[in-house]
Amino acid sequence: MVNLIVDGKNISTTEGTMLLEAIRGAGISIPTLCAHEAVSRSGACRLCVVEIKKGNRTRIVTSCLYAAEEGLIVDTKSERVLNVRRLVMELLLARCPESEVLQKLSKELCVEPQARFIADSDKGKCVLCRSCVRVCEEVVGVSAIGLFSRGSHKTVGTPYNEKSDACIGCGACVYVCPTGHIEMFTTGDKRKIWGRTFKMKTCDTCGRYFAPVDQLKYISKKTGVPLKELAICMDCR
Amino acid sequence: MKENPDTQARRVQDDLRLNYGPNKKFITICAGTGCRAYGSLKVKDALEAELKKQNMNVEVLATGCFGFCEKGPMLVIHPDKYFYQQVKVEDVPEIVSKTLAKGEVIGRLLYRDPDTKKTLFREEDLPFYKKQLRVVFGRNGMIDPTRIDDYLAIDGYQALGKALSEMTPEGVISEVKKAGLRGRGGGGFHAAFKWEGARRAHGSPKYVIANGDEGDPGAYMDRSLMEGNPHSIIEGMIIGAYAVGAQDGYIYVRNEYPLAVTHLTMAIASAKEAGLLGKNILGTNFSFDIHITKGAGAFVCGESSALFASIEGRAGEPRAKYVHAVEKGLWDKPTALNNVETWANVPLIINRGADWYAAIGTEGSKGTKIFSLVGKINNTGLIEVPMGTTLYEIIYDMGGGIPNGRKFKAVQTGGPSGGCIPESLLDIPVDFDKLYEVGSMMGSGGMIVMDDRSCMVDVARYFLAFLQEESCGKCVPCREGVRRMNNILEDICAGKGREGDVELLEKIATGVADGSLCALGGSAPNPVLSTIKYFREEYEAHIKDHRCPAGVCKALITYSIIPEKCTGCGLCIKVCPTQATSGEKKKAHKINNDKCTRCGACIESCKFEAILVK
Ligand SMILES: Cc1cc2nc3c(=O)[nH]c(=O)nc-3n(C[C@H](O)[C@H](O)[C@H](O)COP(=O)(O)O)c2cc1C
Ligand code: SF4
Ligand code: SF4
Ligand code: SF4
Ligand code: FES
Ligand code: FES
Repeated sequence: MVNLIVDGKNISTTEGTMLLEAIRGAGISIPTLCAHEAVSRSGACRLCVVEIKKGNRTRIVTSCLYAAEEGLIVDTKSERVLNVRRLVMELLLARCPESEVLQKLSKELCVEPQARFIADSDKGKCVLCRSCVRVCEEVVGVSAIGLFSRGSHKTVGTPYNEKSDACIGCGACVYVCPTGHIEMFTTGDKRKIWGRTFKMKTCDTCGRYFAPVDQLKYISKKTGVPLKELAICMDCR
Repeated sequence: MKENPDTQARRVQDDLRLNYGPNKKFITICAGTGCRAYGSLKVKDALEAELKKQNMNVEVLATGCFGFCEKGPMLVIHPDKYFYQQVKVEDVPEIVSKTLAKGEVIGRLLYRDPDTKKTLFREEDLPFYKKQLRVVFGRNGMIDPTRIDDYLAIDGYQALGKALSEMTPEGVISEVKKAGLRGRGGGGFHAAFKWEGARRAHGSPKYVIANGDEGDPGAYMDRSLMEGNPHSIIEGMIIGAYAVGAQDGYIYVRNEYPLAVTHLTMAIASAKEAGLLGKNILGTNFSFDIHITKGAGAFVCGESSALFASIEGRAGEPRAKYVHAVEKGLWDKPTALNNVETWANVPLIINRGADWYAAIGTEGSKGTKIFSLVGKINNTGLIEVPMGTTLYEIIYDMGGGIPNGRKFKAVQTGGPSGGCIPESLLDIPVDFDKLYEVGSMMGSGGMIVMDDRSCMVDVARYFLAFLQEESCGKCVPCREGVRRMNNILEDICAGKGREGDVELLEKIATGVADGSLCALGGSAPNPVLSTIKYFREEYEAHIKDHRCPAGVCKALITYSIIPEKCTGCGLCIKVCPTQATSGEKKKAHKINNDKCTRCGACIESCKFEAILVK
């Protein structure tokens, strides 16, 4: 166990726990956008910053990536922390003015849009948190999507924005996206995602369309379970 | 009896040493990238041909950069050490028949001090070189970097021999610690602490890496070292690897440096052949190998975690981790990453001792530093000075001051994300801590000098535009914040600045500095914050009075002709691309501001300083 002080409160947690979990465990809220539990952490959004004090030195760190240490003094609402958080929210609101998720979050954090920033119109709702890329690589295992270009030109998508042969249409990326940027339409026997249309498979038991054929084929290949056995939807299993 | 590695190294040297005795006649000619561009290789070929023709047996050594690149091609004739600059192929016959055959100097090839108008014979007499202390960089000019023998002849690999035979790894670390060597690539971290950390860290294999990415525009000291004295870097790395307990090393070289790659590759091969690198170095049981990786081209690839990612074959993006590279660096193994110049200092420390080294420099910054001097300065090039040399000495004594009698305004140190230092601080001693204190940094040692015709808002905008493009785009504060700061700066320069913009810039800057994932974003606000700190009134003039005091921001200036000064010569009419100037001969001319694009052509042409920019 390690003991630390967060906003004046004594907290203990198991060794190796990230500050984010330790702090939230103590009932103190920390906003996050890129720390999805299904994927590894990238430290991209910087919303979860806290100020830590070790000896005489204080530092701003992202709580989602900093492991709790014995004797650490953490301030989750210092002026510097709030300034970073406010800035991140203002920057993201200007990038994705349409995002309801960001609008709601900024209300909670009492951040108004910065009038001096001209809002973007070409970025959709993507905050570049990377969760979709990571889930596709780390959980699904096909790496159909990635990040391209640098700086403010950075985008997420399939290589060259072309239809990806690697994508199995599973929709995991949609599921982890915090802002609902990724468009997926499933109607009857078809699913459209990342510019590609997938054929859906009906459940052998109830006859309902439940998963793209490509996804079932991929799972079968990867796990060795015959396709036949996978042809039953979760509800009927 | 088995030869001790030190004696072995010394014996090789004695065999070789002096070929270049004190009275031996030979020529060193700079074949660095700069002088090559001026045709130094042609001069070298011509010299060799002419010597053959005149039946003279004088060796011509193609060396690395001498530092004074703008005067290239340049050569030194030994043993008299006559220094000839801006040498052309046509000069060659005369050099051979006069200087080499009879010892006569050729006046027009010597350097003339523009201040005293005196002709100077030797390199060390030039004001540019006089106050320098070129212990690391100066050796460039003594050797042909493609020949290991040359390096051995200047005591090369002697430090390695000493380290392997007389010192324990811990002893090497404590010597480097005592010397106080700090990293030359940016942060100024103590090298010995890094090595100690990597030595103690669990995990195997361990790595040492030389960072030769050098992404700062205008900086080329690392290139010059890699091209001009590759063995000094390699020797430093071998010693470092011995200290750290590393088996493998990498040199990460910027993709645009083909000559550096060639020379490093040759150096690695010949060091291996000589038993100085590879298995059982100098007969000991210490083995170490070095590989070269070519950089991916982005500025951010010089950042440590991005560099590791790049060597590992992944996208060169920084990684957010609060575990130090000495524990988990390349492939998550203990790694000591140092800048090329840092490594090149190591043999010197081992050879001459920590006490000698620590006697150079200031309290907190020891040794020398190589700087690249560019911008509005008379002598541009690379200089090496003891830490603690003042900015004034660098800019005026070595740099020869500001051209055309203009006034110094600021110097930007530390690369694109460094800060601008004003005239009032020219007396500060240049070292890691002092530069940081005044809102700038050492960075890799770039210095861009600006005169009174530079607009500091425009300067900040220029650097932010660079950084916006170079941000990897991973984290929000840097990707979005640098862009927004740049937008505001663009607005201010375009006359669209608003009340409150300066305060807003300060607020964004603080958030970007605090919140960014890596040091690119962490330091990106420096150009903005330092120019606001020292030149706030210039920002205010743009925003409140719609005026660019330096006369740079085109939207905020008008050109006019001072009637009293104009002689009506008509030159400005000839040069104006938009026919904005007009007037009768011998009568004062006029500028039509609706047509004028503020290109400045008329100013350049007017001999009477009759054109006013306001
Ligand atoms: C954006 C960025 C670019 C960098 N580029 C370089 C570089 O080109 N060369 C270099 O030696 N260090 C560079 N650094 C610093 C390195 O991260 C690292 O601190 C350094 O190589 C360590 O060596 P040193 O301690 O010997 O200076 C850069 C840092 C950042 C944040
Ligand atoms: S839908 Fe395609 S891109 Fe999205 S996670 Fe699944 S495989 Fe990857
Ligand atoms: S699409 Fe969604 S999940 Fe993917 S990077 Fe953008 S915001 Fe994150
Ligand atoms: S600070 Fe800039 S360069 Fe560094 S990780 Fe963030 S976006 Fe990339
Ligand atoms: S949640 Fe920690 S950086 Fe995004
Ligand atoms: S390249 Fe010749 S002096 Fe620099």
